[in-house]
Amino acid sequence: MTQPIIQLSGVDKFYADFQALSQIDLDIRTGEFFSLLGPSGCGKTTLLRLIAGFETPSAGSLHIDGKSMDGVPANKRPTNMVFQSYAIFPHMSVAENVAYGLKARRLPKAEIQERVAEAIAMVGLQGFDSRASHALSGGQRQRVALARALVLKPRVLLLDEPLSALDKKMREQMQSELRRLQRAVGITFVLVTHDQEEALTMSDRIAVMFDGKIAQVATPQRLYGHPNSRRVGNFIGMMNFLEAKITGASAETVEVDVQSFGKVTLPLSQAPGGVEGCQTVGIRPEMLTILAEGQTAEREIDAVVSEVFYYGDMTYYDVKLPQKDAPVTVTMRNTAGRKVLAAGDTARVGWSPVALLLLR
Amino acid sequence: MRGKGYLFKWYVVLFLVFLYAPAVLLPVFAFNDSSIVSFPLKGFTTKWFEVLQSTEALHVAVRNSLIIAVTTAIFSTAFGVLAARASTRFAFPARRSIMGFIMLPMVLPEIIIGVSLLVVIVQLGFELSLFTIILGHILICTPFCIAILSSAFMNLDRSLEEASFDLGQTRWNTFWLVIFPLVMPGIVASLLIAFTISLDEFIIAFFLAGTEPTLPVYIWGQLRFPQKLPSLMALGTLLLVLSISLLVLADYFRRRGLKKTGIENSGGFL
Repeated sequence: MTQPIIQLSGVDKFYADFQALSQIDLDIRTGEFFSLLGPSGCGKTTLLRLIAGFETPSAGSLHIDGKSMDGVPANKRPTNMVFQSYAIFPHMSVAENVAYGLKARRLPKAEIQERVAEAIAMVGLQGFDSRASHALSGGQRQRVALARALVLKPRVLLLDEPLSALDKKMREQMQSELRRLQRAVGITFVLVTHDQEEALTMSDRIAVMFDGKIAQVATPQRLYGHPNSRRVGNFIGMMNFLEAKITGASAETVEVDVQSFGKVTLPLSQAPGGVEGCQTVGIRPEMLTILAEGQTAEREIDAVVSEVFYYGDMTYYDVKLPQKDAPVTVTMRNTAGRKVLAAGDTARVGWSPVALLLLR
Repeated sequence: MRGKGYLFKWYVVLFLVFLYAPAVLLPVFAFNDSSIVSFPLKGFTTKWFEVLQSTEALHVAVRNSLIIAVTTAIFSTAFGVLAARASTRFAFPARRSIMGFIMLPMVLPEIIIGVSLLVVIVQLGFELSLFTIILGHILICTPFCIAILSSAFMNLDRSLEEASFDLGQTRWNTFWLVIFPLVMPGIVASLLIAFTISLDEFIIAFFLAGTEPTLPVYIWGQLRFPQKLPSLMALGTLLLVLSISLLVLADYFRRRGLKKTGIENSGGFL
């Protein structure tokens, strides 16, 4: 494998007494679509600005393309940024905005023209060259910001919540377009977002951050399927949690007594964060099944439906299990012939030990 | 309820009459064919304006005032740019109190500024001249310039600067290529306001003028001669038109600036 394009090691960032980042160790691979995901205030934007050169680390080191970025200002780094507000220069046309960085590099006029036209075409804004930038829609501004950064052929493109200002439909369209663009240009993208769906659909890998620390770095599938802590599991999608007690362990398995579910033996791979100190078992709502008459499952529990949320294609059930106060959520696809239960109905809930995760 | 609304309406009308009636009288008497300023009007004439044209001392006073006003406008706007940029972009210790002290001359009685400047300048052994008046005017105009420019700088999205820097431009070029064009309307407005304030400022000019009177000082001197009153009315009319035009122009530039950066218009004086 080639050397990572971005290497952070032991990075801290303090603002007076407030620690925005603590002990960040992170390698971002060349050419990947990498996302920094976390709730607001988790330090993801600070980390991005640190890579861009707008912030300096209080401790630790940052290397881009193998070179230390210590003392290298933002205008000398091989990174370009798409800002949350897009930061389109309002007094310049679309073409002038896109040409801005090339002019700063004093490239010959003909080359600038050619590359600007190319970049504008790449983001699908042909014919908008001389449009005043304050006369653009949100989606168009976004494209100008992308073209303006990509025209410089940076080693890394940094995107700070680029889709948060767009409406839902536009956002979905831009998600796939960003993905397509990233594959086409082959540039490493680092995206900051608080939207877990956005991160899951677009990224090759995701770093989940809480309170200035990285909680987990993994592929979207791994992150969703094997979160390494209760907190990550709860942040990415929905998860039911049950109290659990470790009753025994071998080299490859661990025996757990799970509230309501009973005793199970799990392989260590189902304890992605390690076995030590785990007191919780998590299971995704779609891994639980409300069994229809005659249907059976590997394990079954009798439960009572306490609430029903009907979404059309899906039904979300809150069901009460024996020996557990808080209801667990079960999601069922409303396939042909499947009966939607009502609150108060009894139900058999089917599950399988494969779907359980032992978590801290 | 109806009676109350009626009262308020009349109150507003009266208020506006008191505010603007005297100013309206200026042009009325400026064109009145009589050397006595009183009703009834005698007939239309432009001879008072012709008198203005042939008064040499007046021309000198106008020239002095223009020199002072232009110099004041340039320097107080330059200081304003520096202060506005510093106060909106950078955090430094005691920023609020420093800005407060800089803005203070705006509310300080001009007579106090005039007298204290006179004392200082005489103590330092300077001759009273146009230069000393310029100093005084810069002192009182700068706060107004800072107020206007601060709003221009505050409305700038900080990420525009960062974007320019990120795209490989230097800080110096970023200022001239991005920041300056976007605050330009604010700078023009600031120049116009400072020019207007300086042009008709009397108290400080009166204290600090040596042998070179400014226009307002000249006018005040002429008030001793009743027969000159109508021509002063004519002069006042010209000044009124000039001042209003400049204020309108200044606000036009302020609004254009807001539009350029895509910000809702809030406040302003016109």
